Amino acid sequence: MFLIYCPHCGEHREEEEFHNHGQAHIARPLDPDSCTDEEWGNYMFFRKNPKGLHHELWVHAAGCRKFFNVTRNTATYEIKEVYKIGEQPKVVE
Amino acid sequence: MQQYSGFGLLKHSLSHHENWQRVWRNPTPKKKYDVIIVGGGGHGLATAYYLAKEHNITNVAVIEKGYLGGGNTARNTTIVRSNYLWDEAAHLYEHAMKLWEGLSQDLNYNVMFSQRGCLNLGHTLQDMRDIERRVNANRLNGIDGEVLDAKQVNEIVPILDCSDNARYPVMGASWQPRAGVARHDAVAWGFARGADMRGVDLIQQTEVVDFIIEDGTVVGVKTDRYGDIKADRVGCVTAGHSGVMAAKAGFELPLESHPLQALVSEPIKPILDTVVMSNHVHGYASQSDKGDLVIGAGIDGYTGYGQRGSYSTIEHTIQAIVEMFPIFSRVRMNRQWGGIVDTCPDACPIISETPVKNLFFNCGWGTGGFKATPGSGNVFAASLAKGEMHELAKPFSMFRFHNGALIDEHGAAGVAH
Repeated sequence: MFLIYCPHCGEHREEEEFHNHGQAHIARPLDPDSCTDEEWGNYMFFRKNPKGLHHELWVHAAGCRKFFNVTRNTATYEIKEVYKIGEQPKVVE
Repeated sequence: MQQYSGFGLLKHSLSHHENWQRVWRNPTPKKKYDVIIVGGGGHGLATAYYLAKEHNITNVAVIEKGYLGGGNTARNTTIVRSNYLWDEAAHLYEHAMKLWEGLSQDLNYNVMFSQRGCLNLGHTLQDMRDIERRVNANRLNGIDGEVLDAKQVNEIVPILDCSDNARYPVMGASWQPRAGVARHDAVAWGFARGADMRGVDLIQQTEVVDFIIEDGTVVGVKTDRYGDIKADRVGCVTAGHSGVMAAKAGFELPLESHPLQALVSEPIKPILDTVVMSNHVHGYASQSDKGDLVIGAGIDGYTGYGQRGSYSTIEHTIQAIVEMFPIFSRVRMNRQWGGIVDTCPDACPIISETPVKNLFFNCGWGTGGFKATPGSGNVFAASLAKGEMHELAKPFSMFRFHNGALIDEHGAAGVAH
């Protein structure tokens, strides 16, 4: 159980209120029709799975229902940073 | 190596069981092997066993960073079944099921495989339609299965709340009589002993820190304790850490690692003589021979390597169990364990060649790898021996995520995740 800070609500809430949506900052190909099978497969299915810092997308499902980004250590579960959609992470190492 | 038998038990009882020999050696690795298996869990040990037994390749090492079968192999809910929807998956898991049925005799080691049947409950009309479809698909693939209504379910498990008072009343179930449970650590030990007695070196407490790759071909591994060890072929069977290993070899896998939990209660008198699973309320339970209830939980939604899970996941699971079995509401839980499972986007494993020549991966079993242990090892050994994938393994290539030939078992196979 960990507490997550929702940048929209401005509060720490219990993990159960949130849903994880996996890796953040995945850009949809600008011209999907011109993708090779490999590029499309990578976009659809291949995700970073680091043991360490991970930038991921969360939604405050049982709260404000808005999306935001979290930088979390996947080994210790420590949350390093919470930032809004459209922003870039400050903690990268 | 001593063969185990009833007579041997009697003989050793005369010397107060103090003269049993060690079950496997603890060798120092050679400089070079024909095949190196990275990872000494159930699947890795089974691979080594079948390499030696069926392909006569005994110059093999299994390199394990912890101790044999010390990970998910010995900490799962031990359910064995083969009622998968799609042909590719059904054939693979049924191949495993057929091996399970003769495994204790084959290994000369009692893996306590008990075919006590498995119920996958349906709580909605859609559940029941899916169950009918899956059971029909199973039967066409030669896998036993029946569709039961609530009354028949209640006859098999009288303590299951099949009344209309339940929040999600049981409407029926699929029933696979040949499914069951096995003693998980005995499976790892049996395969380890069988491999060792045929000459396979089991190297414990040794971590593979990197692969040695020359011109796109793997030629060995770097270890933390014994330096470089050469090999003609390398099979990587590292479950939750497969993504980390793939990164060392310079490619990516479409895997995400999640914590998965299991719970064991205090031992109680025999009350549940089958396996009951429910996708809808999301919990599953069986009772071990020791008497404790073995309860499965769902995976946590986030990726993680922490080997512990969320409390809320346990709470949801226990809610489901108490919903199904009100009689268990006062049972106390003894232990809880969280392991790391490597899940694929289509909930099917990867048994595959890789972009690196002579390097093979067997991973992505996600939440349901235990049931496949002998089958997985068997087809992976055949693939490593011949240098090309076994017929049953071919559909599980890692390249299916680029050519689109996915095997979508998510929610289709009574997979409770």
